[in-house]
Amino acid sequence: MTPNKPETNTEDPARIAGFEARIAAGETIEPKDWMPERYRRQLVRMMSQHAHSEVVGMLPEGNWITRAPTLRRKMSLLAKVQDEAGHGLYIYCGTETLGVDRHELIQQLLNGTAKYSSIFNYPTLSWADIGAIGWLVDGAAIVNQTMLAKASYGPYARAMVRICKEENFHKRQGYEIMATLSAGTPAQKRMAQDALDRWWWPSLMMFGPHDTDSPNSDELLRWGVKRKSNDELRQRFINLTVAQAKAIDLVIPDPQLAFDEKTQNWLIGPIDWDEFWRVVRGNGPCNQERLAARRQAHDDGEWVRVAAAAYAAKQARAESTSEAA
Amino acid sequence: MNAPFEYLLRLGDDRIILGHRLSEWCGHAPILEEDIALANIALDLIGQASLLLGLAGKIEGQGRDGDALAYLRDAVEFRNALLLELPKGDFAVTIVRQLFFSVFALLQAEALERSSDQELAGIAAKAVKEFRYHVRHSADWVLKLGGGTTESQNRAQRAVDDLWRYTGELFLADDVDRAAAASGFGVDPSTLENAWSETVRDVLARAGLTIPDVSYMQRGGRTGRHTEHLGHLLGEMQILARSHPGASW
Ligand SMILES: [Fe+2]
Ligand SMILES: [Fe+2]
Repeated sequence: MTPNKPETNTEDPARIAGFEARIAAGETIEPKDWMPERYRRQLVRMMSQHAHSEVVGMLPEGNWITRAPTLRRKMSLLAKVQDEAGHGLYIYCGTETLGVDRHELIQQLLNGTAKYSSIFNYPTLSWADIGAIGWLVDGAAIVNQTMLAKASYGPYARAMVRICKEENFHKRQGYEIMATLSAGTPAQKRMAQDALDRWWWPSLMMFGPHDTDSPNSDELLRWGVKRKSNDELRQRFINLTVAQAKAIDLVIPDPQLAFDEKTQNWLIGPIDWDEFWRVVRGNGPCNQERLAARRQAHDDGEWVRVAAAAYAAKQARAESTSEAA
Repeated sequence: MNAPFEYLLRLGDDRIILGHRLSEWCGHAPILEEDIALANIALDLIGQASLLLGLAGKIEGQGRDGDALAYLRDAVEFRNALLLELPKGDFAVTIVRQLFFSVFALLQAEALERSSDQELAGIAAKAVKEFRYHVRHSADWVLKLGGGTTESQNRAQRAVDDLWRYTGELFLADDVDRAAAASGFGVDPSTLENAWSETVRDVLARAGLTIPDVSYMQRGGRTGRHTEHLGHLLGEMQILARSHPGASW
């Protein structure tokens, strides 16, 4: 069932040292290789959170597919949400190389024990939110995933390379929606600014707590699962995005935003970590709706999955009897 | 009467309306693979609709493009068959409807590859490849549902029973169809019925599903006499475009 799961008590320090030496030398860890149980578990945690995020992320954007304002926009949005489903599937398959199957992970999502990115617990209130999500949320994901594409675990790193190409496309598409709205009618411009106002801070929170408050970070960095700290990645995203907002005449909703000549960084005002933890702990505006929607789809689809399995079993039986005959 | 224009509206509206219904599944399908597959089919249909309505606008010559035709017509001006506007229902309804439509649309597209209009022939040629996949996807699922469990068999049978009376409309030919066919632009849908019936009956029989006796085939979509469902669908689809007259997106 779980061929790659090493017996935890056989982890002698020498083996761990050898493993860490491989990572320090920049080698890639593959499914067949020995790995410390904690490394495996951290990867399962990160990859499944990532896969869940792709799947739950379909909901806020899917909310606008039927209302997209032109046929071209409708097709791009539908294609984007379809891509996210593909990412989810691809990463779930990646976790299978670590000996965990997808159904187990989906159960954890549905019973609320697994996490997904908090950003998807915010509502999409206007069409401009579709632009803002592409630009900011996919944009932040790219900064994160570009780093993960160099992760020490081969299957995850390779998945990120492939996924990142599509996220780049999503980001361009989202930014283009925002640019169009910002240059549009006064009502469209207001829509765009309002979306930026609501999505800016949550997108900065996507990088996680400050390095000083991030419990998993040290180990993840040492094992090459992550290559950069939360704050470094966040800063990189801010620096990229401030210029983009200016270029389309939108205002970043932060009165303290200032350029620091010395570090060449854009410095921001304080992030509202109370809000961050409130949403993480389940009290964001849409936590309940998102999980309820996933559960509903799962429950409504139960009879379909059972039927498909029953049919496959009958086919397999029919084949084996015809072979025997 | 501008037969080619009217004829193209029927083609385009069938696809935009069914594409809309399929897109409602996105994020809510029974398994992730079906989120992807149904979105894929919806994308094919909306893509075709965009081209067909664009061509319709060009032929009409009144300055309406595909978006104007999709977003700024009222329900009575839509020309889709009633089958396609019915609510998505459960997965069985969605799949059985998809089989009924895809088999029809494949035959229609194969005939339209020989259209006297180069642009329509080109759209049809690409659509043939897409519809082959749609037929395979929906037929596979009809077999799985019919041959799966008692529940799936019952649900699939109920879907066939409920939807069958909407299939006759697909093959009704009127002056628009006959004029479009006579000029070599379009195809008379009544000529597709035998081949459709043969394929669909074969799939249903293999799935252990039976065809109900119906005394009357519902109709009206081709002349704008729709079910109550279409107004709600368009209310959702058109709200943003209509709330900002003249805006571009
Ligand atoms: Fe994604
Ligand atoms: Fe994306």
